[in-house]
Amino acid sequence: MTPMVKAESVCKSFGALKVLKGVTLEIDKGQVLVLVGPSGSGKSTFLRCINHLEQVNAGRLYVDGDLIGYRERGDKLHEMPPREAAKQRRNIGMVFQHFNLFPHRTALDNIIEAPIQVKGVKKAAAIARGKDLLEQVGLAEKATAYPAQLSGGQQQRVAIARALAMDPKLMLFDEPTSALDPELVGEVLAVMKKLASEGMTMVVVTHEMGFAREVADQIVFMDGGVIVESGKPREVLSNPQHERTKAFLSKVM
Amino acid sequence: MTVDASSPSAIDAVPLRHPWRWVAAIVIVVLVVLFLYGAATNEAYGWATYRKYLFDERISAGAWYTIQLTVLSMVLAVALGVLLAVMRLSPNPVFKSVAWVYLWIFRGTPVYVQLVFWGLVPTLYKNIQLGVPFGPSLFHLNLQDLSINFTLAFVGLGLNEAAYMAEIIRAGISSVPEGQSEASTALGMSWSMTMRRTVLPQAMRVIIPPTGNEFISMLKTTSLVTAVPFSLELYGRARDISGVIFEPIPLLMVAATWYLAITSVLMVGQFYLERYFSRGASRKLTSKQLEALAAAQTIGIGGHP
Repeated sequence: MTPMVKAESVCKSFGALKVLKGVTLEIDKGQVLVLVGPSGSGKSTFLRCINHLEQVNAGRLYVDGDLIGYRERGDKLHEMPPREAAKQRRNIGMVFQHFNLFPHRTALDNIIEAPIQVKGVKKAAAIARGKDLLEQVGLAEKATAYPAQLSGGQQQRVAIARALAMDPKLMLFDEPTSALDPELVGEVLAVMKKLASEGMTMVVVTHEMGFAREVADQIVFMDGGVIVESGKPREVLSNPQHERTKAFLSKVM
Repeated sequence: MTVDASSPSAIDAVPLRHPWRWVAAIVIVVLVVLFLYGAATNEAYGWATYRKYLFDERISAGAWYTIQLTVLSMVLAVALGVLLAVMRLSPNPVFKSVAWVYLWIFRGTPVYVQLVFWGLVPTLYKNIQLGVPFGPSLFHLNLQDLSINFTLAFVGLGLNEAAYMAEIIRAGISSVPEGQSEASTALGMSWSMTMRRTVLPQAMRVIIPPTGNEFISMLKTTSLVTAVPFSLELYGRARDISGVIFEPIPLLMVAATWYLAITSVLMVGQFYLERYFSRGASRKLTSKQLEALAAAQTIGIGGHP
């Protein structure tokens, strides 16, 4: 079985600044991988490389067997035209730290926007599916509310529904609960747990160690643009092998 | 939560008084009345002439030309302005420099000079043809036509205004947070779709107020088209008439009245446009939503006595 995500020595630099210095990992279908590490360790950048919001400088990144961002012809790589990159992104949902809902559209309109515009889904079908998704994230009664009228936790749940509306085969979460009040974190994590239990492949950047312990199949600790340690959450969290992992975990747990 | 008889009664405070506001208002009203009385009794204003020409057919026809010039040039300016703004922000260096040079030229020279130049274009080029080289012609414009001056006037105004509109629109686009285009990109939307569906609608909230300003400003700038020369619009007509009857002041007042009336209509339009594009910008609930919430609250209280 081809892994859902396969990264081979992925490197990314911004000018002279090297953010990723060779990240290699694999995520099988239906698995949940949690990326942890101090800020500036490159975990968000790696996540953004997976759906080509950032272009990889070296190494290869495959999603479901597809090389991301480039086309391989012989032994030469060609930059991918924007249209094809957009096509690759359709299958990869992303949830942001600051939600990034469209403020000029209601919750329901946020969800049906991309299916209608990008995939050409009929409006009635998109609305039916959108309402269904709102129900799934527990916000059925908020369909006509604008994002500014929702709490942070509600906004993030709408954002998750918006990503799911494209029927992605992979979901990326970039610190989805970091901008939330502590009492609202739980409702977002609950939705994510449900999603994981339904078999969605997920890559999650988070500082929620409880979530990692409970949901993750694999936990990866990054620091300085490289993977320091990875493995089953139980092993990494309770018995870290590296000094840096130990130091980090002692601060966040 | 319980709601019972012991809950405090609503506050019924004595409102704060503002005596100085009243003093200022009275002083101003007195001054205005004095001025109006002076103006009404001053023969030199020529109010009889004012009344005679206010609804003169030539004047109202002139006002219609003014409106046409304003609307056509602003439509051209907004369309071209969006194009220039998007070009300036695009990653393509060719588009970027073309837009920059356009702005440099059209903002860097006075609009009056530009209008005189457009008036002289027919001496430079006899006609404009658009088509396949050595093949069929698709579009033909005879610049020797006498009615060409109207076209030259609104095109001249529009091309100048486009440079300013481009900057307004660019400011609007830049005001939309980066996360918005990122979210659209992540959903698989193309760059142009992201612009059209996500960025521009949000930029409108920032773009509309200064554009309304430009629209009103354009209404008055149309009085410069005499440089082309085109003089059938409101101010040109008023000046022509006053030149014949030697009474400039009442006709200036006539023109000013019309400009003010049209501006007022434009301001009403701007109000509704702003309201439309500000949806979702505030967390304030609409009266309909508030009613629904209040109803839900009453049910809640009734359910848990």
